[in-house]
This record gives sequence, structure tokens and C-alpha cells, in this order.
Amino acid sequence: MAVNAPPAETKPLSANDPQTIAEQIKTKFPDALESASAQGIVIKRDHLLEVARHLRESLTFDYLNNVTSVDFPDRFEVVYHVSSIDRGGAPLTLKVNAARENPVVPSLVPVYRGADFQEREVYDMMGIRFDGHPYLRRILMWDGFEGYPLRKDYHEPYFEDEKKPFGTRWDQGHHVIAEDRNPWHDNVQYPANFDAVAFKAQIDTVREQTLPDVSPTRLKTEKMILNIGPQHPSTHGVLRLKTTLDGETIVGVEPVLGYLHRNHEKIGERNTYLGNIPFTDRLDYFTSMNNNHAYVIGVEKLMGLRVPERAEYIRVIMAELTRVISHMALMGFMYNDLGAFYTPLIYALEERELVLDMFEAASGSRMMCNYMRFGGVARDLPDGFLDKAKHLVEERFPRVLDELETYLTGNEIFLARTKGVGVISREDAINYSTAGPVLRGSGAKYDVRRAEPYSIYDRFDFDIPVGTAGDVRDRFLMRLWEARQSLRILKQALKDIPAGEIMTGKKNYQIRVPKGEVYGRGENPKGELGFYIVSDGTPNPYRYHIRAPSFINLTALDRMSKGYKVADLIIILGSHDVVMGEVDR
Amino acid sequence: MSEGMQQIQIVQNEDEWLEDQVRRSVFVASWDKVIDKIIDPLYNWGRRNSVWPIGFGLACCAIEMICTSASRFDISRFGMELFRASPRQADLMIVSGTVTKKMLPAVVRLYNQMAEPKYVLAMGACASAGGPFKEGYNVVSGLDKFIPIDVYVPGCPPTPQALLNGLMTLQKKIDKQTIREAAWYKKGQAEAIPDPVLGPDLIDARRAEEITMLAHAPDQLATRAIKIQTKAETKHEKK
Amino acid sequence: MAFKIPGVLVGMGITLNRVIKTFQGDFKHFGRRYDQKALDERQSVYGSGIFTVQYPEEKLKPPENFRFIPFLVYDPKLDESGKPVIDAATGKEAIGYERCTSCGICAKVCPPQCIWIVRATTPEGKPKPECTEFYIDIDVCMNCGYCAEYCPFDAIKMDHDYELANYERHVSHIYDINTLMKSSTYHAQIHPLDVAREKADKEAKEAAKAKKA
Repeated sequence: MAVNAPPAETKPLSANDPQTIAEQIKTKFPDALESASAQGIVIKRDHLLEVARHLRESLTFDYLNNVTSVDFPDRFEVVYHVSSIDRGGAPLTLKVNAARENPVVPSLVPVYRGADFQEREVYDMMGIRFDGHPYLRRILMWDGFEGYPLRKDYHEPYFEDEKKPFGTRWDQGHHVIAEDRNPWHDNVQYPANFDAVAFKAQIDTVREQTLPDVSPTRLKTEKMILNIGPQHPSTHGVLRLKTTLDGETIVGVEPVLGYLHRNHEKIGERNTYLGNIPFTDRLDYFTSMNNNHAYVIGVEKLMGLRVPERAEYIRVIMAELTRVISHMALMGFMYNDLGAFYTPLIYALEERELVLDMFEAASGSRMMCNYMRFGGVARDLPDGFLDKAKHLVEERFPRVLDELETYLTGNEIFLARTKGVGVISREDAINYSTAGPVLRGSGAKYDVRRAEPYSIYDRFDFDIPVGTAGDVRDRFLMRLWEARQSLRILKQALKDIPAGEIMTGKKNYQIRVPKGEVYGRGENPKGELGFYIVSDGTPNPYRYHIRAPSFINLTALDRMSKGYKVADLIIILGSHDVVMGEVDR
Repeated sequence: MSEGMQQIQIVQNEDEWLEDQVRRSVFVASWDKVIDKIIDPLYNWGRRNSVWPIGFGLACCAIEMICTSASRFDISRFGMELFRASPRQADLMIVSGTVTKKMLPAVVRLYNQMAEPKYVLAMGACASAGGPFKEGYNVVSGLDKFIPIDVYVPGCPPTPQALLNGLMTLQKKIDKQTIREAAWYKKGQAEAIPDPVLGPDLIDARRAEEITMLAHAPDQLATRAIKIQTKAETKHEKK
Repeated sequence: MAFKIPGVLVGMGITLNRVIKTFQGDFKHFGRRYDQKALDERQSVYGSGIFTVQYPEEKLKPPENFRFIPFLVYDPKLDESGKPVIDAATGKEAIGYERCTSCGICAKVCPPQCIWIVRATTPEGKPKPECTEFYIDIDVCMNCGYCAEYCPFDAIKMDHDYELANYERHVSHIYDINTLMKSSTYHAQIHPLDVAREKADKEAKEAAKAKKA
């Protein structure tokens, strides 16, 4: 048994302790508090805005991690997680209750700009309205969609049962395709007396309704709307950007999302806890190992499981290898966006293939690894894995990273295109809730691996690189530097990995998770990936929310690209490293 | 005896005899044969080895598609490396990933914009029938309900080699086609598939009348679904 | 001011270097183009130079853990000499013993719920540990491998065959029991280490049982 050292202590720092904070709030706003416990501070609806402002300005909770909501039988609950960039530690949970009939909650956008897209998502999925939100419209589904999908009483067209496993599969599992179970014989449902013939779809509108505005120059140019996507070679997937231009200068960018909205959260609430692991693979399909890791950490926290030493090392090795190849591929994709067509990308993908081979040997699949389990990993490393990894980490990858650096970072065209483009200040980056390299590129030293060390990251010696300018070039270099730091971690992990068990307890498909709620998070290559899970003690999660870093990073795209030329938009977006599977979920 | 007999031939019909003589001395082949043996193979050989896909990635499978086009699996060995940004220049649409209802109008429009002859390859379980996300409310369960699909490649996601196998299957299909029956040389315009409409739910424009009729007749609607028992119902029955 | 090589040229130098390296590989593996050993060498982490797999002629061997579509394992009928009997009608090895006991764990653990099982019953109506129908909808299957991982009887395993592209899905993509059944000889071929491990486990269990008795 190698379960000697306990997992990293994740005790919140005293400054983040909910009880202390609750006391402070109570003295300042005597009647704002509804209740306070370790699960979070429940604030009265009318006082939310002033409490949030106080938290941000006086108690330095300057970073809004996550906004989500839970549909309880008697009420809706909007959940906020806030933390401090400089102080780190576990995030503080704030909650606000809303009535079931006509739920309204004040919007936090005036305090935290990062709440913008997240509140729209809550509105879209649960139908909770945010008072004072500048642009409260559906974000993942289209305008005019019937119903609020994440409410518990919403049933999708192929609805079969509340929970998995379905009773129809075993014992008397005569195969019936889903189409035959639905009266429309397709994945659709319409309200009664709906007239499809006379129906007219809504006309697209743009967020900034200032189109006829004429520029003050003598040329008297009008603003123009340029639609980019959803099928566009440079949008990294099915992202659509409604861009308002004045000549060639960007006035505003409105990302239109949801073209890959695959209902992860709705399906996840029906799945068993175990069944969600392969679904997390398909969130950010570049980094399935990291996704597994963050989810598994969340559920393990809830279950109070300890992970054997060897399994922790294997997890870190897998996660960091993923980080290296993800960052390498991003560098290739960014060069692609700049017009260095395909060549650097092919160099990066070649290295990626080698790591994918190793993942395939260990887990069984190249991309959808499904490797981690609660309390360990699925299977032990195959023979020769460590030798190969050592060769990659010590010899091959440093060489390739140097090559990728000298390849184009000194290139005059690259510098001209990226230096001083897409600048976002440190304050804005924090206020817009950006995460990962986008946040750190602006100079904010915040990395979940250091802020709230999970797994065994507190044992390794590594730095958190930060940028200074907050422009595209800095964000690009962040990836390079972070990949180097990952190699440092890998070197230590590959040296120290012990022998022993890879799983606590026996392999079991029936997992009991005690009642409670948890916000488990990990540092994905794209930023902070969080899983907010509410358990009601049954084998299926009651609420399963994914804090997707790429999605929230996109909130800042408008702020970042204003004033630059339309040709820069592609590279500014490229520096975000969006993966649509995660943005739309 | 037989030698002598052969020399004497009684010509009963002069036309027949003439035809016979011509067939013996002049190379005659029917137009059909020319097409079958010469034009079709040449024509298909050219088409088969220059299938240009549209640069169109939807989800996870798109990454495997990119890997297929990168140096290891090198799709250019099949003459397919030119991923065109415009559907007008593309012959093949690799539907690489989950097609959502919100994305479907764009997919159908892209298909309509492609010039004939065009092929569609459904890559992965999602594009074929919805895949693991089939039960989702925003997922199209099978793109073949809207546009014709030529090749299905199972897998979630199919490995690059599986995709290459799918592309070779498509090449076999192209090889079997003949210029005589090619729909794209027939007179008259092929009808475009009407764009699906995003209403309270996805509306297939070709089924609009049927939907309206059914939405007004709830009794008829109820009889159209196969009812299967939920877990709670089975338990109840057992008791 | 010292002379500095323009960044554009530095990049071109790297590309040139890469091009030269690809030829090195060609010389090194000259005349052994479709050789499995040369392929493994080129494709390993130690390899350099040309990286392409000439797919239909040479194939990357999937590792043992590779998972694609699940299949059901049966033990073939053996003749006197211990060799599997070939069924003349299907050309496959005749079914001797079906391992599946229809316990339903695979159907329960399947995340997208793509497995459908009908349990066999005795004439009296009691459940029998066998299945009469077994369906896997491979257009819903997400290749996660849970069914194989949690099967207590080693009856369902993940296949390595990925060359499944076809022109139609409504019939051929819903695998029934006949399609799914594959011989344990085939299983041993693609999962040699796993089979060895299963065998060792079984022997250890039997030894423990014998000790107890």
C-alpha cells in the first residue's frame, strides 16, 4: 500500500473563510445576510450588488470564478464563486435565492464584467432573469427556442427516464431506436397548435444598435457589419463573430455561441458519476486528461477519497504531457492564423502524435482517454511508457520547443502582427474573469496549481510565468514558457514516481457520493476548469455545471479587439485558444 | 468434306452479310462500350484522386481530421490535401463531429452551395446518428435526415486510419459511378434542400405541413410513438 | 551594430533543416519501405526524419489497450485434438460456450446507454444466465470501454478493428448478437497480455479454492 501521504491539504486560507467573511459582511450590512455556512453565504437578493461591490473593493475578492444556478423544487439558487488573485485559496461561495415563479436576480455585470456571458447562460438554461444586465439574451440556444432546458421539469424530445441506467436496456432490452419513441419521429417537439407553415424566424440583430452612426471624418463612412463564421477556416471551430466595423477598424465584436452546444450539463445530470468521465473527454477535446483530472478531483473531494501515490504521479504526468502538446499545437494554430500556413502546425502535430501514441497505449484511445477513475486511474502504465516519456521530456521536447521558438518568434512579420495587438490590461483581464494564459499574459500571477494546490502539485518546483504587455505576443509566449515549466514538472515526476497501487479499493461501477456540493477545479491548458457538482446522495448528480475557461475568456474578446483592424481579429481570437467543444459544452 | 462446305456460303440476306463483313474488317464498338472501358475509368480516375474536401470542422472529430491531413497520415497521398475554404471549390464535405440544431441551417446551406458532383462523408457516431449526445435537446440525430450521405465512418472518434479507410470507401463508390447516369449532367437544375428553420424547435421546411397538421391533432400524435416503460413503471408492475 | 540574421531567414533555415532530415530517413531505410521494423523505428519517439505511414500498405499496429467497438467473446467448440471446430455455414469457429451471463452490468454502466440485452428464460419462466438478444448501437457507442472494464465474466471486450466504413447505417450499424460474437481465439490474438493476466487470475482463484477445500 502506498497511500502514505495524504493528498494536498486544501484548507482555505483564513482570509477566505466563509464564516469570517460573513461576520464582516454582517457588520457592514446588518440585514443583507440570510444565512452563512461552510457551504456558502446566502445573501438577500436586494443587497447582492452592494455586498459584491464591498467584497471586490474592500475585501479584495477581485475575481469572479464562476456563476451558475441550481433548480431546487422550491426555489432557484444562483451560485457565485469569487476569489482573490493575489491571495489565492479556495473560492468563496455566494448564493442568492430566487422565486420559482418569475425568478429575478440583480445582475453582477456592473461589478464583475466577467459575469456577462455566464449570466446570459444562466438565463438561457434556467430562465432566471438578471436585472440590470446590459444584453440579456439567449447565448447557447437561439432566440425563440421553447423552454429552459436545464430546469428539472424540462424534458427533451428523446426523453426516456429521469436517471440512468434506463430500465429498458436490460432484462427485456428489445432494441427500439429513439426516433420511434418520439411522436415527431425526429429529435424535435413543438407546442400544441403550432403553425410551422406560417412561422417566420426572427431576424438577426447586433448588440450595438448604433449602425446608422456616421463617422466624424470628412469621408462620412457608415459602420458596417461583418459576419465571420460559423463556418470559417480561422474561427477554431464553429464560432460566429458579428463584427461591427468602421472602415477597417473594429467597433464591436459579439461572439455568437452555441453552434456546438451538446447539452453536456443536461446529459451529465442524468448520467451516473462514473458515466460523466468519458463525457468530460469531449469537452475540450485537446486536453481530455486534464478534464478527467479536474472532474475526478471534484467528486473525490465530495467522497473524501484518497488517491494512491503512484496514481497521483500518473495523473500529473498525463496532465502535464497534455499541457505540453496542447500548447505546442496552439502555437502551430496561431502561426496558421498569421499566414504561416500549415508548416509550423505540422511540426507541432508531429510531436503531438507521439504523445497520443503513448496515451493510446496507456488508456486505449488517442484523444478520448477516459483514463482517470475516482480513487486512481483505470490501468497501470504499459511497459516502456516511462522510458519513452523520459526521452521525450529530457531530449526531444526541449529541442522541439527551442526550434518552435527560433522558428518564427524572431520573425519580423510575426512581431509586426502581434506586438501591441489585442492588449488587455491586468485590471481588465481580472475583471473580465479571463483565465489561464490570457490572464497571466496580462501580468496576473494566478494559476490554480499554485493558488489552490490540488493533487500533488505542491511538491514540484516550478514557476508561473507571467507576461507584461498583455498583447498577443505575450499570450503566445506564455504557451511556450508554460510548456517549458510543464517539462520541469514532468522531469521531477518521472524521476520520483513510486511503484505501488493505482487505485484505492476495488474496481466498482456503483459509486456512492454523499450529499453535498463541491466546486472542484484544475488548471487546464486553457485556464481554470471547474466542476460545480451538487449531490443529493443518489448515484446521479443533482446539478453538474462546468466552468469552461474558453467560454468565459471569450467575454473579453470584445474589449480586446476594439480599435484594432479586422485582420487582427483572427489572431486575437487565436491567442485565446478557444476550443468550441468547451465553449458551448 | 467440311473444308469444301465452308467455301460455299449461301447468302440469304445481303444486309446481314454486309454487316458481318464490316464487323470482321472494321473495328466497331458501341458508344456504351467506349464509355464503360475508356471514358468512365479515365473520368473516375481523375475524380477519385482529386477529391477536395471543404475545410469544415465541427467538433472532436475535426481534430482527427486535421491529424489525418498532417504529416503522419498525410491525406495528400490521396490527392485530398486541398481543404478549400469555399464550398464552391469543394467536392467532399467531411462532417466531422456533432451537428447541432443551431448549426444545421449552416451545414445545409454549405451543402447546397457545393458544386456537383459532391459527396458527403459522415465522420464519427455523432454525424451519423447523434452519437453519445443523441439524447440532447440541441443535437441532430443523424444528418442523413437532411442531406444525403455517401459514406459513414463509425467510431468516436474514428482514428485517422479509420478516416482514411472511409475515404478509400468513397473512392470505391466514385469508381462505380458512370458518366451515363451522372445526375449532374442531366438537364434541369437539381433542387436545393430548403434551409431548416429555427423556431421553437428545429423545423424541417419539407415537413412544415405535416408538423402543423400533427400539432393540431394531439390524439393522432399520441399514437405515433412507441411507448416504453420507465424504470419506475417496471418496478411498480412487478410489485 | 553587430549584424543580425533577419528572423525570416532563421525560420527558413529550420524548414530547410527539416527537409534535409526527411531525406536522411530515406537513405537509412533504403529498400525497406514497407518493412514493419523500419516503420516501428520511424514512428517511435526516438525516430526522426520522414514520419508518414503509407496507410493501406502499412498500418500502425494498435496497442493492446486500444478500444473501438465492443464485441462478445465465446469459447469455440473443440474437437478431439483440441482444435476449434469451424462452422461450415458461417466460416467462423463454432460456438461452444457463450461467456455472457446476461447480468446486465455492461448495460447499466454504459454512459450513452447503447447496449440492449434480453435475458433468456427457462421454459418455466425463470431467468437463465444467457442472453437471447444483444444489441449495440454503434452510432451511439462512445468507445469508452466501460463495458469491457466492468464485465466480471470477461465476456465483452473492445475490438481493434477500425476499418468499418460503409454506405449505409440503418441496418449495418446496429450490431446484433451474431455480429458481436467473436471467438476467444481472436480475443487472444488482439489482447495477448490481457488473456495471460486473466488466465493467471483464474488459476490463482482456483488454487485458493482448492486450498480452502
